[in-house]
Amino acid sequence: MSVPARALEIAHEPVDRESLARIWGQPPGLVGWLTSANHKSVSIRYMITAFGFFALGGVLAAIMRLQLAWPDMHVVGPDLYNQIFTMHGSTMMFLFAVPIMEAVGTYIVPLMIGTRNVAFPRMNNFGYWIFLIGGLMVWVAFVLNIGPDAGWFAYVPLAGPGYSPGKRVDIWAQLITFTEIAALVAAVEIIVTTFKLRCPGMALHRMPLFVWAMLVTAFMVIFAMPAIMVASTMLAMDRLVDTHFFNPAEGGDPLLWQHLFWFFGHPEVYIIFIPATGFVSTIVSTFARRPIFGYTAMVLSLVATGFLGFGLWVHHMFATGLPQLGASFFTAASMMIAIPSGIQVFCWLATLRSGRLVMRAPLLYCCGFIAIFVAGGLTGVMQASVPFDRQVHDTYFVVAHFHYVLIGGAVFPLLGAILYWLPKFSGRMPSERLGRWSFAVLFVGFNLTFFPMHLLGLGGMPRRVYTYLPETGWATGNLLASIGAAILAIGFVIFLVNVVRTLTRGAPAGDNPWGASTLEWATTSPPPPYNFAYIPTVDDHDALWSATDRPVVTGLRDDVREILVSDAIDATPDHRQHLDGGSIWPFLTAVGAGIGIITAIFTPWGVTIGAILCAITLTGWFWPRGEPSGEARTSA
Amino acid sequence: MIRRSLDVSDLPSIAFGAKAPLWWGVVGMMAIEGTALALVAASYLYLRGNFDQWPPAGTDPPALGAATAELIALLVSLWPMILVDRAARREQRGPVVIGLAVVTLFGLASLGLRSLQFAGALHCRWNTNAYGSLVWLLLGMHALYVITSTVENALILAVLVRGDVERKDYVDAHVNALFWYFTVATWLAVYVLVFLGARWL
Amino acid sequence: MLVAFSLAGCSGLPVLDGGGAAGDRIAGHWRLHLWIALVVLIGVVVFLLDAMRRRATGAAGVLRPDAASERRLTVGVSVAVGLTAVALLVLLVASVATGRSLGILGAETPAVTIEITGRQWWWDVTYWDPVPAHQMRTANEIHIPVGQTVLVKLASPDVIHSFWVPALNGKQDLIPSRKNTIAIKADRAGTFAGQCAEYCGLQHAHMRLLIVAEPPEAFQAWLQAQRQPATPPASALAQRGHDVFVGGSCVLCHAIVGTEAAARTGPDLTHLASRAMLAAGTLPNTPGHLAGWIVDPQSVKPGTRMPANSLGADDLQALLAYLGGLR
Repeated sequence: MSVPARALEIAHEPVDRESLARIWGQPPGLVGWLTSANHKSVSIRYMITAFGFFALGGVLAAIMRLQLAWPDMHVVGPDLYNQIFTMHGSTMMFLFAVPIMEAVGTYIVPLMIGTRNVAFPRMNNFGYWIFLIGGLMVWVAFVLNIGPDAGWFAYVPLAGPGYSPGKRVDIWAQLITFTEIAALVAAVEIIVTTFKLRCPGMALHRMPLFVWAMLVTAFMVIFAMPAIMVASTMLAMDRLVDTHFFNPAEGGDPLLWQHLFWFFGHPEVYIIFIPATGFVSTIVSTFARRPIFGYTAMVLSLVATGFLGFGLWVHHMFATGLPQLGASFFTAASMMIAIPSGIQVFCWLATLRSGRLVMRAPLLYCCGFIAIFVAGGLTGVMQASVPFDRQVHDTYFVVAHFHYVLIGGAVFPLLGAILYWLPKFSGRMPSERLGRWSFAVLFVGFNLTFFPMHLLGLGGMPRRVYTYLPETGWATGNLLASIGAAILAIGFVIFLVNVVRTLTRGAPAGDNPWGASTLEWATTSPPPPYNFAYIPTVDDHDALWSATDRPVVTGLRDDVREILVSDAIDATPDHRQHLDGGSIWPFLTAVGAGIGIITAIFTPWGVTIGAILCAITLTGWFWPRGEPSGEARTSA
Repeated sequence: MIRRSLDVSDLPSIAFGAKAPLWWGVVGMMAIEGTALALVAASYLYLRGNFDQWPPAGTDPPALGAATAELIALLVSLWPMILVDRAARREQRGPVVIGLAVVTLFGLASLGLRSLQFAGALHCRWNTNAYGSLVWLLLGMHALYVITSTVENALILAVLVRGDVERKDYVDAHVNALFWYFTVATWLAVYVLVFLGARWL
Repeated sequence: MLVAFSLAGCSGLPVLDGGGAAGDRIAGHWRLHLWIALVVLIGVVVFLLDAMRRRATGAAGVLRPDAASERRLTVGVSVAVGLTAVALLVLLVASVATGRSLGILGAETPAVTIEITGRQWWWDVTYWDPVPAHQMRTANEIHIPVGQTVLVKLASPDVIHSFWVPALNGKQDLIPSRKNTIAIKADRAGTFAGQCAEYCGLQHAHMRLLIVAEPPEAFQAWLQAQRQPATPPASALAQRGHDVFVGGSCVLCHAIVGTEAAARTGPDLTHLASRAMLAAGTLPNTPGHLAGWIVDPQSVKPGTRMPANSLGADDLQALLAYLGGLR
């Protein structure tokens, strides 16, 4: 493959790479960890943390599969089981799926668009610490047997003050506060980075599809997450200060919770799925050795999915007794969203069919994704139908469906993406053999675990039951699912072994081992702290497959942290901007906010305490302290 | 191999409006806050349907005095803030400092008038009924916007008064003006919904 | 996998193998979905496997697709998208039509009206009658006449529950402060299992109910019997059991019509012995299980509102004799 990987690094006037590395790097050790303003090290930390929560959530799933493997089992009792399924859902959605996508995004996007960092590096670090504190809080609570137990959806009145006394649900509500702040911070980060920091030439219509996917996702986060933030705030207030938002006795309404929750909850699944489509488009194009077929159609599909995703939430509420006409509208909308997803699937298939396939493990994951995701999408269309949905709603049929679209639709592409970018993250190549084995075992384990659940649902098995009676006839399906879960676990272990093996003794990767087309492969593996010695310019969305002698950007300073800001639409250079460096204050702000939010579980004064602590730390954060910004000062 | 290069050393080092990343960051924050406020407003209208009369029987509509005074104060404060915005774009320290000081005072006045509303002019408490809960939430959320933007105004003012001014401080002042406009506009919306809505809905 | 799905299309699963017209219609509607889904899935997988089979040939360089082949692909993708849209339209129309026909079933004048109140974690059932004296209260087991429409009015005083009898119809939530209804009709006699389908707390798993569909005459006979006050104790032992019941803590929650026990927090026990199951479908109604349930309900159904009762062996036997006579 003739890819001009290093060619971009040679230019007229040499920059001082040592100086660049010094100013864009972070101090060694704990200090660097706490203060980092390097998007790559923060993202790596984010990814490892999110995968850690994924493993914990997986352990909970294993306990549930053990409990349900046979009727009337006593592995755990109802109280612990309810905490476990609540923690499993909340962990997977809030502490794994959304964070991991945003973490990969904040690592890859700046590289893919050819810039040195994210737009607000300190905010990025702050977001990580908030996420970590929130995740630790809820898991410590779980270990202390005060884990939330009202489901990840926390329907009122069950989650309200009358039927969930104690602090369990308050801890869940504050977990939401933490993770929403982190998700929103990352979303703004990605939007601004994408709009303002693209390298010269990367007009919107030349943006790689992964960047488009992250952009659409970030917009969805901004408009969806406030709904759950508002809802969980109302819930916390109902519980703590006797407000009546959801209390029917005082004019409140339990269905208001469901509307707010699903106004967030449905876009949420697209927030998880759309980045995954970005992974797939990237990987499919690279290994089919051709530009993706139907770039424009793909972009429009992503944008359409982003909009339509907000018009479906009521299909989670078909059994609540809504007027039929309204329900039909949401049926139509829910079916319509299959069209943009279908367009994407057909474009991937067209790309694969017309390309020169190089079969590597990341591509296998994507092919597995297509099969599983289509199956999950089809059962989704079934549930858009009100009469059928009212049969399978809240049964294992739904459990099967959304694991098909979330594990098949997001985790498979994610694992493919991790293998795909591992050479870039680490500078070393993963084992192809282990990659293929992990895929095969996961594919078999996945289908064995979740396929029988369709039949269990049709057999009448409701969700969220801690056990079932022998006469229900659900034993065989559950046993198969539990065996499948064990196989699935083995697959994840093989994957982990592969990652560890790569990091310790993988073969050196070189800049662009896959011969890929996007800019992250135009720098060393792993990339230097400054990403590119010279900011590249591009003239195509598959930049590295296009002309090889594109000019590079010169004139950015190498003695202060300076980035090139460009036009939001056509990416023409606009100005050079100084970027803040590492600081301890984002960490301190996160701690201050964390103290406030956790205190608010017990007393409304927590809000005041948190506000004061944040005011102090934010002042420290933004107070000018005469760092060299290369800027002439106008004296007073 | 000699490469052509695109020299950017002549480009300016700050920019205002949609050219500045910080402007986009604040627009993002406004989108988040605005969505949250809109969802609370939608909840208010949704719960309206659970009552025959509005406000619910036994609760009087909120008094208009303090809220209207606050609305006028905030609308008037737009004028000095627009001057701050313009002066910031021209990087003129004097007018920015004076304007920010005036707007900070308006912010404090707004918070004073808001306390009067909470202290009794709403004619309900947060725990009276669902109506009261929503009114308090709407006003409370908006009070957080006023507090946030006033604290930011004061901070930028302090930085500018302190002397050692960087050019990017003017971008901060300019972007904060944007958030102030948002604060005023959302108060207009909250005022219409809570104070007029209680009479019209 | 596909085979299993096809099998599901004709096996004895309650959602698909209904006991009434509504359930049948939904199952029929789903089979249309299933066939379309199978065609799409098989098509995609076959196409995918075929694409995966064609490996790189010759040079490994980047492919520059020529205009002619891109045009062919565009036509192919457009046709596929068009077919998808058509299939979705068919399914949308079928879905709305199914919804309408279910609505028509539900709009028939009901022969019987039942009010069901969901409570943590059992079903409080009242057979409504214009004559208040004919109203009858029972729990966790409802009888319905075959071939007649039964209107179920749903309410909840605590948390959200969902009423679901898969063989007869879809589910309907019971939401505090809201009035929901659902119509059910069985076309054949039989016993159908139902259960709560909305997570409602600790014992959501054990909130089941039984629907017994029987010929109208048998149903009327059952209803008449259930309207009668409780059978008086028939033996000295049963009389002592009656005294244990009304003299102990049982009366704080339970009612037995015809005695001074009239509390409504727990299930009505007037005709307890006529019911097939105990504790909302958790245990078969046998003296042994009943004894275990009375003495130590928490180990059967942890978290249930029923407290443990430490009764002497004699009292317990007497109580069982009394309750066993409540036919």
